[in-house]
Amino acid sequence: MITTSRLTKKFGKLAAVDSLSLDIPEGEVFGLLGPNGAGKTTTINLLITLLKPTSGSATVNGIDVVKHPAEVRKNIGVVFQEPSVDDLLSGKENLEMHAMLYSMPGELRRRRVEEVLELVELTDRKDDWVKTYSGGMRRRLELARGLMHHPKVLFLDEPTLGLDPQTRQHIWKYIARLAKEENMTVVLTTHYMEEADLLCSRIGIMDHGKIVALGTPKRLKHEVGGDVVVLKQEGFDRSCLKGLKFVKKVKVDGDEVFLTVEHAHENLQRLLSAVGRVRSVEVREASLNEVFLKYTGRKYREEEEGAEGGWAERTMNAEAQRD
Amino acid sequence: MAFEAGKIYAVWLREVKRFTNSKARIVSSMGQPILFLVALGGGFSALIPGFNYMAFLLPGIVAMTVMFTSIFAGVSIIWDREFGFLKEMLAAPTSRETIVMGRILGGATTALLQGVLMFVLGMLFTGVAVPPLANILGILVLMTVFSCYLVAAGIAIASVVQEVETFQLLMNFLVMPLFFLSSALFPLEQMPAWLRDISSLNPVSYAIDGMRTLVIGTSHFGLLYDFGVSFGILAIAFAAATYFFNKTSI
Ligand SMILES: Nc1ncnc2c1ncn2[C@@H]1O[C@H](COP(=O)(O)OP(=O)(O)OP(=O)(O)O)[C@@H](O)[C@H]1O
Ligand SMILES: [Mg+2]
Repeated sequence: MITTSRLTKKFGKLAAVDSLSLDIPEGEVFGLLGPNGAGKTTTINLLITLLKPTSGSATVNGIDVVKHPAEVRKNIGVVFQEPSVDDLLSGKENLEMHAMLYSMPGELRRRRVEEVLELVELTDRKDDWVKTYSGGMRRRLELARGLMHHPKVLFLDEPTLGLDPQTRQHIWKYIARLAKEENMTVVLTTHYMEEADLLCSRIGIMDHGKIVALGTPKRLKHEVGGDVVVLKQEGFDRSCLKGLKFVKKVKVDGDEVFLTVEHAHENLQRLLSAVGRVRSVEVREASLNEVFLKYTGRKYREEEEGAEGGWAERTMNAEAQRD
Repeated sequence: MAFEAGKIYAVWLREVKRFTNSKARIVSSMGQPILFLVALGGGFSALIPGFNYMAFLLPGIVAMTVMFTSIFAGVSIIWDREFGFLKEMLAAPTSRETIVMGRILGGATTALLQGVLMFVLGMLFTGVAVPPLANILGILVLMTVFSCYLVAAGIAIASVVQEVETFQLLMNFLVMPLFFLSSALFPLEQMPAWLRDISSLNPVSYAIDGMRTLVIGTSHFGLLYDFGVSFGILAIAFAAATYFFNKTSI
């Protein structure tokens, strides 16, 4: 449904999207994750024909985005990361205008306007100027607008940014239903790992314009190698972990110790006996958060590499192997 | 070119709604022309006995109203870009020509409404007699063409210069000269030659001259020229607007 081949967009010297090759099949909800500035929005802008690639190519629904941008636009819907509703119109007027621009027939238009207003709970504010909306209400209007015309491919750039938890859940349900019932292909960027985990059938983690990890949420989580246990203890001594095979990795940051542990819930007792008295303990189940940090967390990654090269780590690994 | 009637209507409707939604803008954009008419017209009328300067000035002031509103409507694309709404339009399955067309018609509608209002108010102030029906129609046609080419010019400019900061600059170095170096304020015959030459190169002079001919009967270029130049400029401005808007990006 979407393919990109060595897709590149440069701003001056900076390659915001760097030789990206992706393949997203029809009906997939694809999550694009990555730190600020990774190139997610730029990728979307290329796919929705608002930007022209510096090199490489891409197709959406089989249509080339450079050669036939007008055709591509007939197949897509977008919820932008940045505000894009008209302040000087009412919420309803914004939606009606959208419906007309997307050639929705009158009957369907009226029905969908009501439906999406209902969804984002703006029905009683629909006739007020958008100017008078709160930040979250504007965001909801943006979402409502993007969801109303049921395109073949839907691009959602941080759709639930700034929404309250309750609204967020409504939206998740609606997106999931849309994708399933209409066999819609969805490309979604988000910084909420929970959202990505819940909605996406596949996730690509992006950094510096490149995909650095790709897979189902389940597989990605599995690859991190276990849960993370965070201990607070002064004067932690790595040698106490000797013989505990379920501890895969150790990282010390001040008085905080980060351990990657297999099946942390079952092994916690043994771990704590070995470590001794701690000020606090926290178990983080393997989540996309850890996946995200593993592939993109710059601070985390550098320290980890440093630690692996350090003598303490080496001796411990050696000892672990002897056991 | 692909025009889609329903979508042109959508874009038109937005312009008109934005306009009617902000009553303050309507009032404030009428204030300046009225001030010009009353202060300038009243003052000069006293200076030149035997010449109804106010009546002479009226078409120029109506043109001023239309001009400011039209250019503003075209240039407001800069704000749409700034506030993000342009993305919504550019990502929609709507051809660029349609957007340009809708905006021109929308901008011209709001400008015409103000122009007509100004005209009626002005006639009350100056005591100019109501022109015959054929002349009124002629005035409306000319005002429409005038307004459309100014909106189009505004769109072309806004598609190229993208910064909000340039707006004030544009107003000072483009709109003001276009207005002052035209036939709006003084009879071309009585101008010094250099000023007359400049003003004769200014398309705005022709639109104003045409309106003046149709209102009080004094003509400089002749109606044929007035309409011909105005339609010609419209064609050029429309081509420029679609050309540059097609190239514009977020
Ligand atoms: N119009 C532009 N001109 C210059 N640089 C740009 C432009 N748009 C984006 N960039 C740069 O491209 C890089 C990628 O930006 P992009 O907006 O795609 O990131 P993102 O992954 O969406 O980040 P975020 O999570 O913050 O939304 C950034 O370094 C950004 O500064
Ligand atoms: Mg972004």
